[in-house]
Amino acid sequence: MFFTYLRRELRNRRKQTVVVAIGLAVAIALVIVVNAVSTGVKDAQSEVLESVYGVGTDITVNQAAERGEGGPGRFDFGEEDGEATEEGTRSLSQDRLSTAMGSTSFDATALESISGLDHVSGVAATLDLQNMSFSGEMPDMSEADGPVTMEMGPDGSGEGSAGGSSFEIDQFTVTGVDPDAAAVGPLTTAEVADGRTLEASDKNVAVLDATYAEQQELAVGDTITVGGKDLEIVGTVSSSTGDGVATASDVYLPLATAQTLADLADQVTDVYVQVDSAENVDAVAAAIESELPDASVSTQSDLAEGVTGSLSTASSLIGTLGTWLSVIVLAAAFGLAILFTVSGVNRRTRELGTLKAIGWSKGRVVGQVAGESVVQGLIGGVAGLALGALAVLAVNLAGITLSGASGGGGFTMGGPGGQAPAGAVQGGEAPTGGGGFGDRAEAMAGAAGNAVDIVLQAPVSLWIVLAAVGLAVLGGLLAGIVGGQRAAKLRPAEALRSLA
Amino acid sequence: MYQIDDLTKTYRQGKRVVRALKDVSLTIGDGELVAIQGPTGGGKSTLLQMLGGLDRPTSGTVKLDGTDLAGMSDAQLTAARAETIGFVFQNFNLIPTLTALENVETALVPSKVARQSRTARALAALESVGLGDRGDHLPGELSGGQQQRVAIARALVKNPKVLLADEPSGNLDEETRDEIVDLIVGLWKEQGLTIVLVTHDSVVAKRAPRRLRIAKGTVKDLTAA
Repeated sequence: MFFTYLRRELRNRRKQTVVVAIGLAVAIALVIVVNAVSTGVKDAQSEVLESVYGVGTDITVNQAAERGEGGPGRFDFGEEDGEATEEGTRSLSQDRLSTAMGSTSFDATALESISGLDHVSGVAATLDLQNMSFSGEMPDMSEADGPVTMEMGPDGSGEGSAGGSSFEIDQFTVTGVDPDAAAVGPLTTAEVADGRTLEASDKNVAVLDATYAEQQELAVGDTITVGGKDLEIVGTVSSSTGDGVATASDVYLPLATAQTLADLADQVTDVYVQVDSAENVDAVAAAIESELPDASVSTQSDLAEGVTGSLSTASSLIGTLGTWLSVIVLAAAFGLAILFTVSGVNRRTRELGTLKAIGWSKGRVVGQVAGESVVQGLIGGVAGLALGALAVLAVNLAGITLSGASGGGGFTMGGPGGQAPAGAVQGGEAPTGGGGFGDRAEAMAGAAGNAVDIVLQAPVSLWIVLAAVGLAVLGGLLAGIVGGQRAAKLRPAEALRSLA
Repeated sequence: MYQIDDLTKTYRQGKRVVRALKDVSLTIGDGELVAIQGPTGGGKSTLLQMLGGLDRPTSGTVKLDGTDLAGMSDAQLTAARAETIGFVFQNFNLIPTLTALENVETALVPSKVARQSRTARALAALESVGLGDRGDHLPGELSGGQQQRVAIARALVKNPKVLLADEPSGNLDEETRDEIVDLIVGLWKEQGLTIVLVTHDSVVAKRAPRRLRIAKGTVKDLTAA
C-alpha cells in the first residue's frame, strides 16, 4: 500500500514532482560539474608543475639569491683581449656559465642532511645555470681611456651594432642533473626524443631540449659550447605534457660536469625531495627548514600558487564562483522541495486527517509524506546524475585548452619577464646600442616562461556520484521532515470538516 | 456500547470561549441505531468527535465498552479507531489517487492484515455495498452515491463495533440519499452494528428508532417518554 499510494501521489501531481526533481537535478548536476571541472583544473595544475619539477616531487629546496648575486652577466674585456682586425676593430668572444638569475648555489652536503630526515624517500639535486656567450667585433678601444665594459640583462640575447661594433649575445639555460636519481627531478617528465638520456657514467656530454635543439638547428652528434667547452650532444628530450612544450631547461648536463664547467664544485641550486606519504609533507618541509635555515622550502601546494595563466583564472573561477553557485542553486532546490511538500500537505489536510481518523498512526502518515519527498529527491538525484554526466562529457569533448605557466621564484628560466633591464653599453662613443636589447629580452622571457597548454579533462569520481545522489536524497528528506512535521500535527478531526 | 457522563467540551475561538457541549450524559446501548439532529453549531459534530476519539473532552468521561476514551494515550486512541470505530463522512473523504478497492484496503493497513487477505476482504466489503465490479475505479470516476458506498465499505471492512456517520447523505440528491440510508439501515439490521448517525435531515432521522436533538450544547432525547 505504501508504494502504491506513493506512486499514485507522485504521478497525480506530476507537474510538482517534475519541478522539484528538475530543481534538484540541476543543483546536483551543477555540483557534479563544478567538482569535476575543479578536479580537472587541479590535475592540470599538477601537470604544469610536473612538467617543471618532475613527477613525484613533493618539496623543492633552493636558496634565494642575495642582492647582487646572479645579477646581470658581465663581460669584461681588457685592452689586449681579442684580435685586431684590419678595419681597426677587435674581434672578441667570451663564454660565461653562472648560476641562473635569482638563485644561488649552496653546498651539496645539504643533500645528505635532507636524505637523512625521516619520511624522505628520494632526493635529487640539480645545478641550474645559465650560459651566456658574447662574440663580435668592437671598435678598437686602444685609444680610449680605460677598459670597455659591456653589461646586459640576463635574458638578453641580442645583436647590436653601436658605433661600428657588431656583436652577438647568446644565452641558454643549463641544468646539471644527477642521472642516478631517476625517481625525482626535472627530467622525470621528459621523454627521449632522439638519442638517449643521461647515464650515470656520462661525462662531458649534453642532452638538449628538443624544442631548443630545433631552434638552434642542433642534432644528436653535434657539439654545443657550454662554459667554453665543446660537449657532444647525445640526445634530445621533449616534455611528456604535450607537443611543442619546452622542458624545464634548454641543456642538461651530468651534475659533475656542470659543477666543473661552472667552477662550482660540490655546489647545487635546487634539491628535489620526495616524501613517503602526503600527510608527512608539511612535517618534512618544516624539518628541512630547521636543518637549512638559509634555504627556501616550497611544497607542492606552495608551488601550485605559482601557476599562472588561464589555468589560475579557471582555478579561482571554479573555486569561488562555482562553489557559491552550487550552494545557492542547491539551497534554492531544497527550498523548492520543502515548499512544494508543505503546500502538498496543506492541500491534503482532509485526506491525511481521514487516514488518521480511520486508524493510521502518526508515524505511518508522516512516513508516507516523507517517503514521497525522498523518492522525489531520488528521481532528482538520478536525473541530475545523468544531466551532470552529460555536461561533464560536453566539457571533456569541447576540449577546452588551459594554458598555465609556473612562475615560482628561481625556478623559471626566463627571469623577471618584461622587466629585464635593457642592455646598456658603456664606454667610448657607443652610447645608443641598448634599444634593441629590451625588446628581444621580452620576447625571450615570454618564450622561456614554461607555458604549458593543457586540454581540460574533468573526471567524475564514484565518490562525487554518491555524494551528489546523497545530496538529492537529503533534499528530499529535509522536505519530508518539514512536511512530515506538519502532517504529524494534523488533527484527525480535520476529516470531519465539511468544507470541500 | 457508550456510557457518557458529564461531558463538557469548550473551544477557544480568539478571545471567545465556546462551550460546544455542556455536561452531557448519555447512554447508547449495543446494536442501537441513533440519529442525532440539531442546528448547525449546536454541538452535533463535537459529540461525534468525542464518540470517535478524534478529540479529547475538556471534562467528563466517554466510555466505549467500559474504557474511557479520555484516559487513553494517542497510540491507544489510534488503535481504537483502527479496530473498533468505523467512520463515514459527509464528503466521503476517499483518497483521490487510490482506486475504490485500494481505498477500502487503507482501513486494513493499520491492522497489518496480509496483503492477499486484505484484498479479498476489501473486495467482499465492496460487494456487500453493491460495487464489486467497480474496484479498479478511481473516486473521480464514481458518482457521489457510489463514492459514499465505497466509504461505507471502508468503514465496515474491519468489522468495527460502532459506525459513526457524519451527515452521510448531506452531499447527495434525494434518490441517492434514500439508497444510502437504506444501505445503512440494512447493514444495521443484518450485522447488529451500533450506529450513530448525525443528520439535519428529518427524513433520514425518522428511519432511526432513537432520535436525539442537540442544541446549544445540550442533548434532548426525542424518542424517550
